[in-house]
Amino acid sequence: MEARAIFETLKEKFGDAVVELQGEGFTPPFVVVAPGSVRDIARFLKEDPALSFDSLMSLSGVDYKDRFAVAYHLYSMKHRHAVGMKAMLPRESPSLPSVDDVWPAANFQEREAYDLFGFVFEGSKDLRRILLPEDWEGHPLRKDYKYAEFYHGIKI
Amino acid sequence: MEALARSLVNFVPVLGGVPLWTITLLVMVASAAVVLVFALTFEGVGSLVLRKVAGDIQARIGPNRVGPNGMLQFLADGVKLVLKEDIIPARADRLLFRLAPYFVFVGSFAAFVVVPFGVGLIAADLNIGIYYVMAVTSLVVVGILLAGWSSNNKWALLGGMRAAAQIVSYEIPVGMALIPAVLVAGSLSLQAIVKSQGGLFGIFGWNLFHDPFAFFSFLLYFTAAQAETNQTPFDLPEAESELVSGYNVEYSGIRFGLFFLAEFGDMFIVAALATACFLGGWNVPFVSVAALPPVWGNLLSLGVFLGKAFTMVLIMMWVRWTLPRLRVDQLMRMSWKYMVPLTFVNLLGVSLWLLLFHGKGIPQMIASLFG
Amino acid sequence: MTGMTARGEALRTQEMTINMGPQHPSTHGVLRVILTTDGEVVTRAVPDVGYLHRGLEKIGERVTYAQFMPFTDRLDYLAAMNCNCAWAWAVEKLAKIEVPERAEFLRVIVAELNRISSHLIAFGSFTADMGAFTPFLYAIRERERVNDLFEMICGNRLTYNYARIGGVSGDAPPGFLEKTKEFLDYFEPKIDEYNNLISYNKIFVHRLANVAVIPAEEAVAYGMTGPNLRGSGVPFDLRRDEPYSVYPKFDFKVCVGTGERGKLGDCFDRYMVRINEMRESVKIVRQALAQIPEGPVMAKVPRVFKPPAGETYFRSECPRGETGIYVVSDGSANPFRLKIRTGSFVTMNIFEKVTKGLMIADIVAVIGSFDIILPEIDR
Repeated sequence: MEARAIFETLKEKFGDAVVELQGEGFTPPFVVVAPGSVRDIARFLKEDPALSFDSLMSLSGVDYKDRFAVAYHLYSMKHRHAVGMKAMLPRESPSLPSVDDVWPAANFQEREAYDLFGFVFEGSKDLRRILLPEDWEGHPLRKDYKYAEFYHGIKI
Repeated sequence: MEALARSLVNFVPVLGGVPLWTITLLVMVASAAVVLVFALTFEGVGSLVLRKVAGDIQARIGPNRVGPNGMLQFLADGVKLVLKEDIIPARADRLLFRLAPYFVFVGSFAAFVVVPFGVGLIAADLNIGIYYVMAVTSLVVVGILLAGWSSNNKWALLGGMRAAAQIVSYEIPVGMALIPAVLVAGSLSLQAIVKSQGGLFGIFGWNLFHDPFAFFSFLLYFTAAQAETNQTPFDLPEAESELVSGYNVEYSGIRFGLFFLAEFGDMFIVAALATACFLGGWNVPFVSVAALPPVWGNLLSLGVFLGKAFTMVLIMMWVRWTLPRLRVDQLMRMSWKYMVPLTFVNLLGVSLWLLLFHGKGIPQMIASLFG
Repeated sequence: MTGMTARGEALRTQEMTINMGPQHPSTHGVLRVILTTDGEVVTRAVPDVGYLHRGLEKIGERVTYAQFMPFTDRLDYLAAMNCNCAWAWAVEKLAKIEVPERAEFLRVIVAELNRISSHLIAFGSFTADMGAFTPFLYAIRERERVNDLFEMICGNRLTYNYARIGGVSGDAPPGFLEKTKEFLDYFEPKIDEYNNLISYNKIFVHRLANVAVIPAEEAVAYGMTGPNLRGSGVPFDLRRDEPYSVYPKFDFKVCVGTGERGKLGDCFDRYMVRINEMRESVKIVRQALAQIPEGPVMAKVPRVFKPPAGETYFRSECPRGETGIYVVSDGSANPFRLKIRTGSFVTMNIFEKVTKGLMIADIVAVIGSFDIILPEIDR
């Protein structure tokens, strides 16, 4: 199914929770959704027989300077089509529901986004830092990250 | 030993004034030293051969830096092991940690005493030879368990536990698989077992060809003995890729060296027992070594014995570099569900054979057909 | 558990927590697994990654598109060519650059050769993990010849830095294509040798069959990709199903697990997929060698390369699963955001689930059968 059609389907089903379609310059195009309804939309995307996005290719955090975003890249093994889903988050206390019960593959990547961006995925079954040490300060992939000079007295 | 001492006194009259027990003691020490030197040399050379064989099997060269063609590598290794710092982990049980390698080494070395190297070359021809070997090699398991426990390392502990379970399990099939040889010879003495395999062109007297059950016993023995001495594919207590190095992971320097030597010693003992019990020991084909002058007879029989034993060692190395490792539950299942019952059935088979055919083997029966 | 001690207390057993790694011979690098075991049986195995985290994604935001190429070598040092090419393809997709056909052919040739050498290491280290050390050295022997070929074409033996945005760094030197063909003729019979040596060895099969079975739906849901996914019987290969570069020109089979020695999706199937894939890669390289056209190997790309603003997700089939590259460009010379999704990282997600109830020796088998590599997990 084309991205435009997917967007229409979602718009019809979820109304205002589906904000816009980022088409031009985006491959694959993104359906921008409200962060609060990410899990419901994800479940619909996975379970609707015409969509059946059973594979979460990638889950990435992005820092657009004025706001954050979480980008989901989805793929359907059955229909062989792909689409992106994006949730824009405010810079203050970014949080959104976890999708790891929809796609178990999300868990590690959510942990990564939590670690490197500081996004809180509510309802995640295991949200701990993954790449950095538990007591690391700050979230390095944010654009305003200040490089620490020392870590436990060790020069970095 | 006393007889040897007495003959020495007769041979060298000057010693007549010395009390007999001193000479007996000296002879004992001397023969122990000879066996020890042999064991250490074998272990040194064995490690070199192992690495060269491994090199050949694995399409590489192997050690080639120390001495011509790497021949002195084992000396360099030995010196290195002796000179390395002996590290004892901070929270280890120091006494047991130090004691463990000696148990392992003594257990393996003491078995050399009863190995019949030649027609007259045996340090002590005990009348319970096989029984003695089984008993002293069991000391190894104590040492390994102590090493695993006292290291205060979980990997070492796991290795020690695996070793204990494995060695105890495989001692039964090993013992049971050796008994057919004892039954045929009617003696537990290794020298008597070897003697019973003489005659018949030297080859067909071997217990290996005595009857089908004996042949099968040899295979069972060789497999089970590899497991008992923790050789690959049964090297679970060490299992480098799983338990890092198992029970000896915390050892360094000469203490590690002792484990290492014991491993090679075990390898030789397995080969020597297989040779003595199934492959005719020092019996030379077509020649009656006992009738030769003692020097030539001993040299010839020693050569034949070592030739056979080293061939077995080479086969063990070949197996070692070919097969992957079993999992611990598969290992246990193999012992208790297959090898133990099979060895018992086999033992029954040999006993029935001896009873029915009055102790005669197949080659003997064929020979008697032709008069 | 039913016995009594000398003092009359009931005997009890206790679970043991073991730290496997980050220095351990068979965690394939600096992976740490926290094992909770009941004797030899693992009740829980939690992977702890990140010991090799170098912040490649953050570095990517500070260097230009071309400058990031050497960093992709460090993404997966056993398959650096594949990562090089993945980055080049991703940026070319973002900037819509037409690449000369000869360059694409050369990329495919080196990528497939690197797939062979990477699978050789996977095969060798896996058998070494299982206790058979010899096949490892056989694999190294063959890999050496691939390294020689790479040294010939780009001068390096491990971190190649061969691909460029818009092409490759240099044309194949004289004799390279012939040498490659020679290697293929030498290598193809070796695969049968491996199978005779170890693949169908009884002990080996018993160690792998029915261990860590992953059904197809689960493999998809957990985002497994590449040989691990195909080991579960899902015939999905990006080279065929989402074709990129010149892959559509080649005829090859997508190898899947067949459950030939146990349940579909066990360690043996994942192992066998890699063995068979080496054969398919040989086939692809042969076809590429036959069809490679003459021509330039570099497109006209401006010195100061600034792709248009936009976002692209490109994924390519690397030896350890799909490497997805998500580039956000703001029109400047540096990537605005760069995310690399790697096969090994996502695969580790399922590790805790499949290792429940296995034995310690099986943990090693599972790690080996996933063929993970730590720089790819930690980035």
